[in-house]
Formats: sequence, structure tokens, C-alpha cells
Amino acid sequence: MHFRIQLIAIAGSIVLTAAIFELVRKRRLREEYSLLWLLAGLCMLVLSLNRGSVERISRFMGVSYAPSALFVAALFFGMLLLIHFSMIFSQQAERVRILAQQNALLRLEISELKPRNGDETWPDEVPSA
Amino acid sequence: MTKSDLLAIVPAYNEEHNVGAVVEKLRKCGLPMDVLVVNDGSSDRTAEVAKSAGATVVTLPYNLGIGGAVETGFIYARDYGYSFAVQVDGDGQHKPEEIPTILNPVKNGETDVAIGSRFLTKEGFRSSPFRRIGIYIFRGAIYLATRQIITDNTSGFRAYNRKAIKFLAEHYPCDYPEVEVVVTLKKNGFHLKEFPVQMDERQGGRSSITPAKSVYYMVKVLLAVLVCYLRSPEVREDRS
Repeated sequence: MHFRIQLIAIAGSIVLTAAIFELVRKRRLREEYSLLWLLAGLCMLVLSLNRGSVERISRFMGVSYAPSALFVAALFFGMLLLIHFSMIFSQQAERVRILAQQNALLRLEISELKPRNGDETWPDEVPSA
Repeated sequence: MTKSDLLAIVPAYNEEHNVGAVVEKLRKCGLPMDVLVVNDGSSDRTAEVAKSAGATVVTLPYNLGIGGAVETGFIYARDYGYSFAVQVDGDGQHKPEEIPTILNPVKNGETDVAIGSRFLTKEGFRSSPFRRIGIYIFRGAIYLATRQIITDNTSGFRAYNRKAIKFLAEHYPCDYPEVEVVVTLKKNGFHLKEFPVQMDERQGGRSSITPAKSVYYMVKVLLAVLVCYLRSPEVREDRS
């Protein structure tokens, strides 16, 4: 690996890690969702600092062309993140469903308690989603 | 508001042409019951029609799907202390006069959940051939998972006791739930039994299952049955 590309790789991984960290600090990204990204940034940093590690890993995996080991690792990591997102979506969908149900039942309860005040359409008229 | 120990749960999505008649028939069928229409985010006048027919109406803010709607009914039944619930489709294919057929076995403790089956009689509407193929496949899958044959496993005409109401208020699957519920209930130690009923063809409106969706429906249901079968029983805190 040339010195220049190593420098770029180191800088890139530092920028990525720092950017993630900054997002968490500004509360734009929640800690629990940042862990995988930080892990990715740190892995990249370790690989770019340690020149021989990519070659050693690819030799260990039986891959003759070292960069393709890197691609496999990147792809695997991307899939890991996507699965993580799918899990989060599923959990969110579940929570939104529960909220919708409770909201609907509460609206019914309120409409039975509350004198109408001439507002005849409430609570059937739900703002469209 | 009359307070009975029986709640009729009527899920309805864009059923303004049917739901009024369904509610009226339920109220006039001679059984003391409260009628809860779960308006599943309809864009038509389902809620108004149901309300003027005399039902209590709970309106979901967006379309959750039949499972989410029925589950809302179970939550209501649980929170308001109903001892029994019957589930009746909002499209008018179930006959309120048949409710005792499925309700009485639940009331006298013969079973926890009673399913109205149109395949145990020789009369009435028998569903399209295409759908029946699906029902046969589901029958096999349910048998493999539970060792019980449920002939009309997509039937949404069912009666439940309090124990089942409490359980289903927390564990009702979201879309295409009927088959999955059978496996979940069996897996958690509930007793299920089928009783012969007649059904009508739907009175108006359209079924939620289009041919394009039916493949997805099959795959989703079979996957759900498999997952249900492999999943360990949910912890049940309350056995009363």
C-alpha cells in the first residue's frame, strides 16, 4: 500500500468517526444507533493504520487479491447495518401501532365523557395520516 | 349505554354500505350485547353509519389492517371487563342469528375459542375455489403445527371467553391474522373448537384480498405459522 493512500484512508476513517461522534453530541443521532457506525469507523482506522493487516486478513481468508477481502468485509458490514435498520423499523411499526390503538380508544373515551359543545364531528374526523 | 357481558367486535374498513345493516342485525338478534365497530381508518362514512345504527365506534387514526383493528376490539373488551366477545365481519357475510352456535359452547365452558365454520355444513356460501385451495393448504400447515384440523381457518366469525380476550389483547397478529391466531392460541394452551355455521356472500363493497395480494397472503401466513410453531409460548401472567 502506498503511503499516500494510507494517509487518505487514515484521514477518511478519522473524519467518519468524528462525524458520527459529532452527530451524537448534537443529539442528531442516538447513542444506541451510533454504536455500529462508530465500530465501522474504528475498524477502518485500525486497518488503515496497520499496513499489513489487510494482507494478513486476506491471506487468512484464502483470498489472493487483498482488496476484495476488504470489499467482502464492507459488504458484510453494510448488510449488518441494514438488518439493524430493519429491526428498528419493525420495533417502530409495533410501537406506532400500539400508540394508534391507544389513541383511538382514548378518543372514544373522551368523546363519551365530554359534552359536545356543538363540535359534532370530533372525534371521528381524524387528521389524515 | 347498555352494559352487557358480551361484546360484538366488528372490524370495518370502508364498509359504509354494509356496516349499518350488520350493526342493526346484531342489535336486533335477541342477544343482549354491546356492539363495537372498529373503524380501521376508513376514508368513507363507515364511522357515521355505524354510529347512527347504534354501535360504539372506535376510529383508528390510519389503516392498521384487520389484525390491528380486531386487537383494538380485544383491548376494549379487556379494559371494559367483558366476559365474552364475538368477532363478526363488517361486510355482512356472517349471520348474527348464528351467534349462539359459537357463543354457547364458550359460555358453558366447552371451549375457550369457538370458530364458525362454513365447511362443516352443506349449505350457504362456500367461498371462491381459489380461496378454498388456500384454506386447504392452511389446514395442512395448522395440522402440522398443532395436530388439530381447523376446516375454516380463515373464518373471522369467532367467539372468545375472557381468558382468550386477555391473551389476544396483547398477542394479536397484525395482518392476515386468522390462521396465525389459531396456531398462537393452541401453542399457548387454549382450547379451540369449530362449529357449523352458514355464511353469506359479502353484501357489497370489496374483499380486502385481491388476486395480486393472495400470493403474498399465502407466503406471509405460512411463514407466520412456521414462526409461531417454532416460537416458545408467551409468558402468561394471568391464568384466571
